This record gives sequence, C-alpha cells and structure tokens, in this order.
Amino acid sequence: MDEISKVVRDYIIREYVPEGDDREITETTPLISSGLVDSFSMVSLLRFLEKKYSIHIPDADATPEAFDTVERIVALVRRFHKTEVGSV
Amino acid sequence: MSFSDTVRQSYQTDIEGIRTAGLFKEERYIHSPQSSGIEVEFPVGSPPRKCINICANNYLGLSSHPEVIAAAHAGLDSRGYGMSSVRFICGTQDIHRELENRLTQFLGTEDTLLFPSCMDANAGFFEACLNEKDVMIADRLVHASIVDGMRLCKAMQDTFKHSDMGHLEEKLQEHQDKRFRMVITDGVFSMDGDTAKLDAIVALAEKYNAMVFVDDSHATGFIGKTGRGTHEHCGVFGKVDVITTTLGKALGGASGGCVSGRRELVEMCRQRARPYLFSNAVAPVIVAGALKVLDLISTTTERRDKLEWNAKYWRGLLQEAGFDLKEGDTPIVPVMLYDAKLAQEFARDLFEEGVYAVGFFFPVVPKGQARIRTQLSAAHEQHHLDTAIEAFKKAGKKHGILGLGRKELMARCVA
Repeated sequence: MDEISKVVRDYIIREYVPEGDDREITETTPLISSGLVDSFSMVSLLRFLEKKYSIHIPDADATPEAFDTVERIVALVRRFHKTEVGSV
Repeated sequence: MSFSDTVRQSYQTDIEGIRTAGLFKEERYIHSPQSSGIEVEFPVGSPPRKCINICANNYLGLSSHPEVIAAAHAGLDSRGYGMSSVRFICGTQDIHRELENRLTQFLGTEDTLLFPSCMDANAGFFEACLNEKDVMIADRLVHASIVDGMRLCKAMQDTFKHSDMGHLEEKLQEHQDKRFRMVITDGVFSMDGDTAKLDAIVALAEKYNAMVFVDDSHATGFIGKTGRGTHEHCGVFGKVDVITTTLGKALGGASGGCVSGRRELVEMCRQRARPYLFSNAVAPVIVAGALKVLDLISTTTERRDKLEWNAKYWRGLLQEAGFDLKEGDTPIVPVMLYDAKLAQEFARDLFEEGVYAVGFFFPVVPKGQARIRTQLSAAHEQHHLDTAIEAFKKAGKKHGILGLGRKELMARCVA
C-alpha cells in the first residue's frame, strides 16, 4: 500500500470505524455503499484531504461514488494534487 | 418545462426502481382515533380490521384522551379555528404565550418559542443562531431534521461517532479556533432507542467551552423521574443550552414543536428563524390541547411510570422469544431484521395476527439495518403486550429467525 493510501485508510479507521469493531479496511472496501461513511459524515473526510494535501476538491467531484473506496479517494487526491501543484 | 410524457416516464421509472428494490412505502388508512387499539383498512378497500397498535409515538396515551379532547374543543370555541397569520404579524394569542411559559417551566429553561413542528424548529435554529465563524459538532445518528437544519447553516459542520465521548472530545479540541462550538445530539435516538450520554456531553462542553443542543422529541414527557426529558434523566437539568422538542408525540400527538433554552438563543429564533417568520402560527385548538396535556403530566408521574413498566416488560418478552434487539431501556424497542423485504413481510404477517407495526428500511434507516420499530405506550395494558408477543413469535417462527443473532440475520440479508 503506498503512502497516500495508508494515510487515507488510517484516517478512515480512526474517524469512522466504531470502537470495538474489528472490520478490515482495504483499498477496495466499500465505504459509502456499505454505510460506514454517509454524506453527513463525509464532510470531515473531505476537509481532512483538502488540508492534508493542500488541495480543493470541487463539490461536483466530491461525490459518494468518488469516495466509496480508499483506492478511489487516492485517485481523486492525485488528480487534484497534480492539477494544483503542477507536478507529476 | 411542462410535465411532458418524457418527464412523467422518467419519474415512473424512478418509482418502479424503488418498488423493485423492496423499498416502497405504503400508507394504511386508520378508521379510528389513535390508541393502543385501532381499526386499519389494509389493503385499500378491505373492511377495517381491529389491531393492537405498537408503533405510535403516543407514549403517554394522551393522543385521544377525553380531557385533552375537551380542552381542544374549548379552545376552538374560545379562540377559533386558525390564526391565518404568522406569529409576528397577527398570529400570537395569549394562549401561545401561556404555552411557551408552561413549556419553559416544564423543561427548566429560560424561554421557549413555538414552531409549527420540531422539524421546523430544527430547520430554523442553526441558521438563526450560528454563522461561518462557528462549528456544529453532531452525533452521527441525529434526526434527519437536524441534518437538514445544519445544512442550511453557514457554520462549519462536523460529526462524531455515535455516542463516542472520546471522539467528541477530539473534535472539541480540534475546533478551539472557532468563535462558538455547538454539540448537537438527540436525547433519545429515534431509530435505535438508545439514550445520549448527556452528562458526559455537558461535562465536555463545559471543559471545552461549547454549547449543547438536544432534540428531545422522543423523551419529553416520559424520560426522567418526572418526565422532563433526557436532561433530567442524566442529572443535567438546567445545564442544556437548547432543547428542541415536539408536541406531536407524548405531548398530545397533534402537531407543533418548540425551541426552549437560553433566553438570547430563543430571541434570535424569534427574530431570524425562517420557519417561525414565514410559517403559520400553531392553531389555537392544538395550543389548548397541549396546555391540558401539561396539566395532566405535571401533577402525577403515573403515566410515565406505567410506560416505563410496559417497556421493560415488552423488552423481556421479546428477548425471551429470541429476537435480536438493539440495547436500550426506553420505550423504543427495535426488533432487528436487517433485510428490507423481510421487514415488510414480517409487518404484513403481524397485521394478519392483529398487530400493527411497520417495517423500517432505507432511507429511514441505513441500508441493511431494516427493523420493526416497536414503541410502547402508557395506553398499553399487559394483555395487549401478551397478545402482541404471540403474533411476533408466530411471524418469527414462520421466517425462521428466532434465536438468530446479528451476524446470522445479516448473512440472510438480500435488500
């Protein structure tokens, strides 16, 4: 698992997985469609990503589909990080 | 755009999708007043059938109480049918003010403002009282009306894991840079029936300089030794900054709601809350009925005591029968089925046995968390519950779910 994936996964475990719940969160575990994260609680994940990676994710891109797995979230971060920083 | 055939077809496809997913909700027509026993027409066109009602918010059994009805009649005669006005123009009668004062006294706050519903109170409060310099930190299972109200407000939104005080503390620490912090919770959570740890929330709020907001709609009138609500139950009476609650559940069951709390917050609602400014005043008949309800519950705890006994007894019956229940000690007792189609079939089976309860499924509860939400009333007698449990057991046996735990039930989940 690369560094960004690890950071995102660790945040999701800390922020969303209830105490005592031993479920595994992989890069492809459904987050929104499983009900672990919903549109109401997703806002803190969005804020974390924007602050951590100094990016802005427009509302139109911050969709439940785009946030449904660690893999998709990392893709979103890379897309906006590349765009804003201008480096590959 | 006109409502063309194309537009119509598009919506019909969406509606059919809801049906196919097993998520379609149907109304049933009740031909009697609300009570522990009701007459229900289902399916449409069939003769009404007598049922035990075990899914109403009629916690104190006052929805059709003769004294409440008589008081409402007297209110119609003395104060008329409707105000035809919002409150601040010509919609405030002396009885509105009287009811607000009585609620203030009952809830132990500084002031109260009536709204057409608690849904409206929640919709209007946050936008009226907080701005972009503030933060709202809500329990993740707060009522949908609170979520909607928060979305209308420009303050930052944040959430904490349900009833997790450690996580709440982290959030309060994180947001010390904001002007105001407001912790938001239900008092009793409407879908799971558990109670907020309001004593711990108030302690954290004091430590980190935050206000506390509680929607006590499923608690006012019967939670706490004298039924004042979750704040009384948790030993923090007088320490909650804002309470919103409804007149549409234990307090008569008609309609109406309120914001009750710190004088200045209530005044901000009076000046700025949109549902208050732009929606009709609560009808005099409802105000008169609610005043009588407060009379009835302020002098004796007989009804809330009976409700407490009923809830304990019913929970014991369900547990003994082998149903999977959410933990709790309130009159909301969810029977967990997890699968939406099963919840609907189970409700139909109960109806065949003369018990009226409804399946709860997405979007009312999260996907895969369908249930029959049973709710007790002081109007239930023991024989109602003894009859109801036999219906539940019969349906449980039919579907082979008795004695199964959460994991086994979830494994059978299709929708």
